[in-house]
Amino acid sequence: MPRVLTNHSRAAVKKSQRGTEESPFIKWTLITVALAFCFLFLLLPLVNVFAQALAKGWSYYWQSLTEPDSWAAIRLTLIVAAISVPLNVIFGLAAAWAVAKFNFPGKSMLITLIDLPFSVSPVVAGLMFVVLFGLQGFFGTWLDEHEIKIIFAVPGIVLATVFITFPFVARELIPVMQATGTEQEQAALTLGANGWQTFWHVTLPSVKWGLLYGVILCNARAMGEFGAVSVVSGHITGQTDTMPLRVEKLYNEYNAPAAFAIASLLALLALLTLGVKTLLEMKQARAYQRAQRTSFLP
Amino acid sequence: MRKKKFNALPGFGLTMGFTLLYLSIIVLIPFAGLVVRACGLHWQDFWRLATSGRALAAYRLTFGASFIAAVANAIFGTLLAWVLVRYEFPGRRCIDAIVDFPFALPTAVAGLTLASLFAANGWLGRYLVPLGIKGAYSPLGVVIALTFVGMPFVVRTLQPVLQDLEREVEEVAATLGAGRLRTFVSVIAPSLFPAVLTGFALAFARAIGEYGSIVFISGNLPFKTEIAPYLIVMRLEEYDYTGAIALAVVLLVFSFLLLGAINLLEQWSSRFQHS
Repeated sequence: MPRVLTNHSRAAVKKSQRGTEESPFIKWTLITVALAFCFLFLLLPLVNVFAQALAKGWSYYWQSLTEPDSWAAIRLTLIVAAISVPLNVIFGLAAAWAVAKFNFPGKSMLITLIDLPFSVSPVVAGLMFVVLFGLQGFFGTWLDEHEIKIIFAVPGIVLATVFITFPFVARELIPVMQATGTEQEQAALTLGANGWQTFWHVTLPSVKWGLLYGVILCNARAMGEFGAVSVVSGHITGQTDTMPLRVEKLYNEYNAPAAFAIASLLALLALLTLGVKTLLEMKQARAYQRAQRTSFLP
Repeated sequence: MRKKKFNALPGFGLTMGFTLLYLSIIVLIPFAGLVVRACGLHWQDFWRLATSGRALAAYRLTFGASFIAAVANAIFGTLLAWVLVRYEFPGRRCIDAIVDFPFALPTAVAGLTLASLFAANGWLGRYLVPLGIKGAYSPLGVVIALTFVGMPFVVRTLQPVLQDLEREVEEVAATLGAGRLRTFVSVIAPSLFPAVLTGFALAFARAIGEYGSIVFISGNLPFKTEIAPYLIVMRLEEYDYTGAIALAVVLLVFSFLLLGAINLLEQWSSRFQHS
């Protein structure tokens, strides 16, 4: 008897699945179109970067990267990222602590303001700093009298980059901190830990993957930002050119292989970012599954 | 009615103070500076600068190309999300990971490589240009770059909705005699629509402000392939601050309208999911 029932229900399941699935022909057509789209729009541009970069061989590639002006651009990009990413990490941690652990009026307004840089065109973001610190700007004359250079100099590039990458860390951390709640911190405080100890030993470890995720996204954008930096940099070769700006300059000088050589470094950074991101997501999914499994245990 | 809980955690004053200070220095003061400068403009001057012939041509290209790119993303993004969620095929996880590639790749690199692909001697251009399809240094190039840049939005907003979709509803439709197409049109599509629209709006908003990738691929000819952000940069290079600010105000107002629309859409679609 049970066997008949099983067979019966198995047939029923099979039939119901057929009713909610497309015919193999449609299924494979859709898959083919999707794969073709991904090939044309994602894979080909990526492969093209490296193919063009190596079009004149490895030695030319190496020369393009180590040529003084390009080397200066690589260094400047690293410096700018090394300043702006930690700044936004500190801000992200502070903002997430305030927003996720406390209730206060105007919270959603604050979150909207934190997201604001995402909805501003990079060029307009750069323009904002020119309006403040440029020669005809609000502080322009004062800065000129005191011989402080912000626009067309490194401070302007850092400011523009900080603005553009402002929301990344905070945005990743706020939901993670909200999800962990405040019970663990309160337990630590009850057991006699002070505020900093609680933060270092309880809060930070529980949000470390979210933090890392925010940091790599923030870093990728900081190193790759073009529009905002282009407006404030002044394009002084060897001094205020970041890597993306150097790519544009070389391209305009009809030196495509050298432009692609620098672009290939940025593409590698993008691949690395994607790799870490995928790893973190897999880790998260596994942790979630484990949590699901253990929640069924008595 | 929940009673206000006593919160024993320390550091609210410190973190909140720092957050507000940093937010003011980096975001609010620069923003206010632009607004004050814009308010200083006479209305007639503003109107003249914001609606010059060259500016109008630039808006037309920016908004037109962004719209077309967002539509293309809505179609292919929906297809891609569907394939990634519903079907099992070799390389699925790999494709799923690489969908975010346009987010991770600096826009300048995207513009550079797309321009070289579609140029007359590029891998794709060498077949397309003889057919009369000019994908580089043309309005079509702008659309291509914007499609690339906005690609992940629709896929990533749609994927969770598709995953949470209850298969039982489709089974009911099948039991009641609906064919697969009928089920898709009358049962699946309506519950996906708000998410697709949200993804569309996000891609559209991103495309309007985009600059880096377009500079390389469009050729930047005034009246023909010049986008609004590029015109702002041109005005700045002529030290014409007021001209740049007038154009920036138009772009900002439009982005904020879109942002408001996106918020409404997200509220609408979350209500849809819970009901």
